[in-house]
Amino acid sequence: MSERTDWPLWEVFVRARRGLSHTHAGSLHAPDAEFALRNARDLYTRRGEGVSIWVVPSAAVTASSPDEKDPFFAPAADKPYRHPTFYEIPDGVKHL
Amino acid sequence: MSAALALGDDALVLSHRLGQWAGHAPVLEEEVALANIALDLLGQARVLLSLAGDEDELAFLREERAFRNVQLVEQPNGDFAHTIARQLYFSAYQLPLYRELAAGDGPFAPLAAKAAQEVDYHLDHARQWTLRLGDGTQESHARMQRACDALWRYTGELFRPVEGLGVDPSALEQGWLRSVGEVLERATLTLPDGPRSGGWAAGAGREGLHTESFGRMLAEMQHLHRSHPGASW
Repeated sequence: MSERTDWPLWEVFVRARRGLSHTHAGSLHAPDAEFALRNARDLYTRRGEGVSIWVVPSAAVTASSPDEKDPFFAPAADKPYRHPTFYEIPDGVKHL
Repeated sequence: MSAALALGDDALVLSHRLGQWAGHAPVLEEEVALANIALDLLGQARVLLSLAGDEDELAFLREERAFRNVQLVEQPNGDFAHTIARQLYFSAYQLPLYRELAAGDGPFAPLAAKAAQEVDYHLDHARQWTLRLGDGTQESHARMQRACDALWRYTGELFRPVEGLGVDPSALEQGWLRSVGEVLERATLTLPDGPRSGGWAAGAGREGLHTESFGRMLAEMQHLHRSHPGASW
């Protein structure tokens, strides 16, 4: 394996079935978007995991910083009325 | 079933050549892509060789002269451009061949129908790389052109008749020239003009005559099975 690392990094999202959302599957290197799609097909859908793939340049992802975790997420914890815990989930509903 | 041997050996030998990239490919992602293609071809080889006899005996216990693959598929990997040119030439032949076989009702129809989808992807992979290498840097262009030229003389053999195949490969030749020519043109490469048939062309693999590096490849492929006869996992 050579030292070449000049190919950009891509994030891969795979939709497992119709009706579900695309889920982050991992990342890979590829010279361009078309090859990123093909590499994603080889790396993440070999066992029939997907019906659709998105690839996004990793550089295009803006992520929240671990340092901002408290101001970002803590205020949600003490507002129980935001959590619909009183509903019983019908048996047939799988992906709620 | 000489046709089953011919097609099965093509798939088996090319699969082994591609497998030789494991641990050596330029990047990890491409290594997986080549291994996937190799595994597709190995699956095809297993079905085809089983039509002709015992798959293990045929793969591991035949001598070089008993193999019926075209000489194109046994050519060494060379640099990455050679591997891609070999794949482009071969997949552009295998895809229409499998489609013809799938459309008929011969013994190869079920396999060909399934395998054509796999080969469609192999051809796409080879095309994408040919475009990028040909229309890439000066260095990649020169290497891709060299690879296309070097393997050209092995392509005439693809279109010779195969006994029991049920399809006349020579009918595929014009389409092959068009599809390869179109890719090379888009890749800013020149269609090689060397001989593909006649005295200066290569290709008697279907009669069991193989090129120099094939013996080494077979020795590597067969040595484990021959050293431990009857061993199982």
